[in-house]
Amino acid sequence: MIAPDWFREDRLPHIYCTGCGNGTVINCTLAAVEEMGWKRNETVFISGIGCSSRAPGYILTDSLHTTHGRALAFATGVKMARPDLHVVVFTGDGDLAAIGGNHFIHACRRNVDMTVVCMNNHIYGMTGGQGSPTTPPGAISTTTPYGMSEPAFDLAELAVAAGANYVARWTSYHVKELTKAVAAGLQTPGLSFIEVRTQCPTNYGRHNKLRRVSDMIEHLRSHAMLIQKHDRLVAEGRPIPEGAFTVGELVRRNRPAMGVRP
Amino acid sequence: MSRVEFMQGNAACAEGALAAGCRFFGGYPITPSTEIAEAMARKLPKASGVFISMEDELASIAAVIGAAWTGVRAMTATSGPGFSLMMENIGYAAMTETPCVIVNIQRGGPSTGQPTRAAQGDMLQCRFGSHGDYSIIAVTPNSVQEMFDLTAKAFDLADRFRVPTFVMSDEIVGHMRERVTIPDAVEAERSSPLADGSLPFEAGDNGIPGFAPFGSGRAVHVTGLTHDERGYPDTTDPEAHDRLVRRLVAKVESARREIADYEVVNPDAETVFVTYGPPSRTVEQVMRDRPDDSIGHLRLRVVWPFPEFALKVFPNAKVFLMPELNMGQMVREVQRHVDQPVISIPKIGGELHTPAELVQALEAYR
Repeated sequence: MIAPDWFREDRLPHIYCTGCGNGTVINCTLAAVEEMGWKRNETVFISGIGCSSRAPGYILTDSLHTTHGRALAFATGVKMARPDLHVVVFTGDGDLAAIGGNHFIHACRRNVDMTVVCMNNHIYGMTGGQGSPTTPPGAISTTTPYGMSEPAFDLAELAVAAGANYVARWTSYHVKELTKAVAAGLQTPGLSFIEVRTQCPTNYGRHNKLRRVSDMIEHLRSHAMLIQKHDRLVAEGRPIPEGAFTVGELVRRNRPAMGVRP
Repeated sequence: MSRVEFMQGNAACAEGALAAGCRFFGGYPITPSTEIAEAMARKLPKASGVFISMEDELASIAAVIGAAWTGVRAMTATSGPGFSLMMENIGYAAMTETPCVIVNIQRGGPSTGQPTRAAQGDMLQCRFGSHGDYSIIAVTPNSVQEMFDLTAKAFDLADRFRVPTFVMSDEIVGHMRERVTIPDAVEAERSSPLADGSLPFEAGDNGIPGFAPFGSGRAVHVTGLTHDERGYPDTTDPEAHDRLVRRLVAKVESARREIADYEVVNPDAETVFVTYGPPSRTVEQVMRDRPDDSIGHLRLRVVWPFPEFALKVFPNAKVFLMPELNMGQMVREVQRHVDQPVISIPKIGGELHTPAELVQALEAYR
């Protein structure tokens, strides 16, 4: 176990399904937090509702498990009132991009000094696998039985456009890169957003010919394309493979930030 | 030395909050409450506080709850549509026992209704508006002075009982201008700290757990899920839910004599007006015009938890008359606690009852 001092062992076993990617994301995040040397009594984990949002309940710090979609608004209150506390938000694609979309863009605009880690599993997992704003076109879910007919949000691009100071995207396959990205986010003043494409074998993979955990992770690995490679292909006028998505650091900048530790 | 000023009700509300030590305001502009946010935007930064204009009312109350968990006194102010938007997170504040103050400068509803006109149409919503069983505290000022005094007091009640506390005012009192005495200092009564060795949601006999704000090293997990005394989710055990929710309700309801705040005029009267907020001003006018010991007046400054024992202060009462700026909301609460007839005198549209209208009711029912 990474960073054992940070876990609430009396809450185990956790609620995550076998093969869920959320544990990987929590581990990578805590590894980055430990690397920063932050103290547990100066760090607050905040979340909304969904599988991702259960994460703070397993971490031995002050933590606020809030209402669906509103984690960033609660976090803004915590961080603005006590800038000396470190704030990390765990959220998911439904929590952040659907019901919490407005808070997402405004938190990025304000550039409040916090790190937001989004476990994007392309599905509402907690409620049993309904289509979300990041469900890929054509994908099967319980509410898209004939295939998703809507386009998906690109969460990282949205955060860049809305003004976040640091934005990166990785997957649950890229544990080293992800840990480094979270650490970079924790170090960057202002809002840092790390999108993590992750596997939900139970409620996504099962309906989309990715029943095995290894199939899902291989799918994430093989469709992830470094931003630099993507840009090179575009510059050379070569086609982007279907279903590919970019990974890497989208932006690192120094816009004025709010709630920065004095 | 206190100072005397001539000011607007909404301005006095902001002054009362600041005097009570409020140092965080999260809000969204909405008529007729906006002057409170404007005053806080001017004054909080000079008092080392934080004013933040959030993206909507859901975010406003969320930020207030987040700030409250760091131990600062935090508030928001809104009106009808914004109040409706806050309801889910108000239930969260009740469930997580977060001390915070919500000011509602009520306007005509439903929906967008009458933004610039007064009403008392949200009195049941403030008590029952979020889903599930819980209890809250609500104060009802009837003057600019009480906008100051009761707003300050709301912070103490919120802290003592660890419960969202409402200042249920309205466009009339919010926009009225009167003389107000502002004391130099207001003594604040804060939450009891979480004792060493106590669990974060473990309550003593009064049903109120000690408070350990974020950053105090107690690693408190706060969740809106049904939780045990450690704060850990326990969502399927019927007893865990029963124990928690009954405590949330009982800690407020069992203290209603302690929380109660009301004024009694002519306790021997046979005909008794029961009021809260500005309709009391019309009753006072009627009583000034007709000195008559057979007319009594019970004016509530705290409506929730409802002080039903205050109705027993009038042993000779034959009838209760209840003017409200709604179609009859708090009157139901009076009706279920007394045997005498309770007559609702509803008025909607945004104007206060005239003295003549109340005299007419008096003649008809006494």
